[in-house]
Amino acid sequence: MLYIENVHKQFDNGFLALEGIDLQIKPGEIVSLVGTSGCGKSTLLRIVAGLDFPTRGAALIDGEVVTRPHPKVGFIFQAARLMPWLTVAENVQFGLQGVSRLERQWRTEQVLQKVHLLNFAQTLPRQLSGGMAQRVAIARALVTQPDILLLDEPFSALDAFTRTQLQDHLLEIWATDRPTLLLVTHDIEEALVLSDRIIVLRPNPGRVHREMAIDLPHPRRRSSLEFQRLKDQLIGELDLSPAAPDLVER
Amino acid sequence: MTTTLRQSTPTLALPWDRIIPWAVPAGLIVLWQILALVGLINSRVLPAPTDVVQAAIRLTLNGELFKHVGISAWRAGVGCLIGGGIGLFFGVLNGVSRPAELLTDGSIQMIRNIPHLALIPLVILWFGIDDTARIFLVVLGVFFPIYVNTFYGIRAIDPGLIEMGRVYGLNRRQLFSQVILPGALPSILVGLRYALGTMWLTLIVAETIAASSGIGYLAMNAREFMQTDVVVLAILLYALLGKLADSAVRWLEKVTIAWHPSQNLT
Repeated sequence: MLYIENVHKQFDNGFLALEGIDLQIKPGEIVSLVGTSGCGKSTLLRIVAGLDFPTRGAALIDGEVVTRPHPKVGFIFQAARLMPWLTVAENVQFGLQGVSRLERQWRTEQVLQKVHLLNFAQTLPRQLSGGMAQRVAIARALVTQPDILLLDEPFSALDAFTRTQLQDHLLEIWATDRPTLLLVTHDIEEALVLSDRIIVLRPNPGRVHREMAIDLPHPRRRSSLEFQRLKDQLIGELDLSPAAPDLVER
Repeated sequence: MTTTLRQSTPTLALPWDRIIPWAVPAGLIVLWQILALVGLINSRVLPAPTDVVQAAIRLTLNGELFKHVGISAWRAGVGCLIGGGIGLFFGVLNGVSRPAELLTDGSIQMIRNIPHLALIPLVILWFGIDDTARIFLVVLGVFFPIYVNTFYGIRAIDPGLIEMGRVYGLNRRQLFSQVILPGALPSILVGLRYALGTMWLTLIVAETIAASSGIGYLAMNAREFMQTDVVVLAILLYALLGKLADSAVRWLEKVTIAWHPSQNLT
């Protein structure tokens, strides 16, 4: 269980990024954080990851306050962040510090199979396409068998086709182990395709504006009427006045 | 099918890519030899290539050549090791620690702007004309390129990769050996190549000014006796040793940073 309790975050320059954020996320739930830039969604994710610290309040994983990266949490960033000097397999194993060699190899093989990259195990990152690199990043996050997977705009650097593919792929992978997914995204469709629940944040200061439960069955058809209706509703919840033009793309 | 095709081709196609770079130097040597034979070049000004080869054979047989090359290589090696070591140490220290950078980088940059060869008179006053003086100069010459490139290499590492290390709970030592060092290695090797260039340059100057052994001494001594062939031989030796050092670093790059965009993947 993941709790976010009364989290405030004020930066050194006085900017209040988050104010009084309270969230509970059940095991296996898929939750998206959406909002215009400056609403603090990435900061909130980084606090859950233990990479940033709240000024007040706390994130709790299984009742424990997060003070540093939790071993049961996997993180996928916007950029794949692969070590360019390691092969695909070695990059995946980077997530497995202190595990025996044999088990490392076995688990790497399993997870590379899952992301369909077993044939590229010995390839260097510079030879991979953007989508493949991101799949390696997914594999690296999955290899530790995390209970919670944090995703910070994971597919936003990819082209539209690859993005759709990887969203479906992520759901396939999720279906086997059902980790909790907490996702930050700029992409409204992405949030609607993946999430059980969408949290809309609004900036100045960053607060939870609204929560939307998405009850559509998987796989979700992006063209269905219901999907379109929810999309309109979600756009309405975001404050898309000209002062915040950031979200209209895609 | 393909194997038979591949096997049949080498008889026709020579590895031209490897041969062509040698065409110009080889042509120049042939031209030089011809001009010397016809007497268009005075052998006092420039001896024929064959004379240089003869000088090389003569000095090899009486052991002079290996003695001087050995001594020069030793000075270069020791100076490079000490200077490179200090450069690497400060480069890493200042690269990872902001307080250390504040404390020492300014001073290092100030000293860097003094041409180290301008220190020769002072160095002779300090150490006399024995090996310590020459090694000291080599140390100075090698230190800066290694320092600057190590420092830059560490600072240029993608902060995202370092954060990745934090995500997986790497401690400082692991972070250094698994992320920072491999990330900075391409830049460090660039520094090493520059350093080897300065290393030979410094040594040549230091050996020609005050020495009783080494390739520079060999050249200066030969000048006194008007042995132009030996002078040319000494210059060629420097060229050869410089090229050798450069090839060594290229080889090192090939085995250690094959992943880097500067390297061609095969």
